[in-house]
Amino acid sequence: MESKSSTTGNRDNPNRNLHGSKTMMASHFLRALFRIQQTSTSSSSAGRSRRIRRAAYASMAYSAGTRRAWSRALLRKLRSRARLRFPRRLSRAATPQRRDMDQAQVLRKLVPGGPSMDDCKLLEETADYIRFLTTQVRLMQTVMDSVSS
Amino acid sequence: MSSRRSRISEEEIAELLSKLQSLLPEARRRGTSRASSAKLLKETCNYIKSLHREVDDLSDRLSEMMATMDMDSAQAEIIRSLFRP
Repeated sequence: MESKSSTTGNRDNPNRNLHGSKTMMASHFLRALFRIQQTSTSSSSAGRSRRIRRAAYASMAYSAGTRRAWSRALLRKLRSRARLRFPRRLSRAATPQRRDMDQAQVLRKLVPGGPSMDDCKLLEETADYIRFLTTQVRLMQTVMDSVSS
Repeated sequence: MSSRRSRISEEEIAELLSKLQSLLPEARRRGTSRASSAKLLKETCNYIKSLHREVDDLSDRLSEMMATMDMDSAQAEIIRSLFRP
């Protein structure tokens, strides 16, 4: 897994927090995958897929820990066993006063914990959420590539 | 973006937006100059949605593969490729 090289120099290296998290993410996700394979011999592919998806978001959230609002919100959802749903097609908002506000509201629905964030926090949390999401996606791709070779 | 801004300067918002922009893949950065924060936010939303879809898609594919493959023997290869520099 390559990390995106930082272009911000030594000031607030975005990958500083990510490196240790990647290892946690990988070990958490792999353990979940093996567990899922052991315990779902008779279940449907769709059921397994849902468990894998849940494991993906769980390993993201656990590796980010409680230091981020998005991961705390995700952990809460996971622990309450609520269905993990992210809006795909967002309903047309009422005519916005400004287009900027509309997009920020859309973003709030996509980032866990978004609704309670002010604009500034939303941007910070979004950046962190994207970093973890892309890392998780790459992790899943790596697993796919490893087993299909 | 104006409704829920805490006491943060425009400059800090601009800096955060620019950091966000650097996280978007190359193709999505086109046309998202500093002047158009709305476009940048829209691209960010689209990017996150596409990442969510990828997680769904990869989960489906991993699930299918699980039925046929022996993960125990794949385990060593997986770990090797994860920690390759």
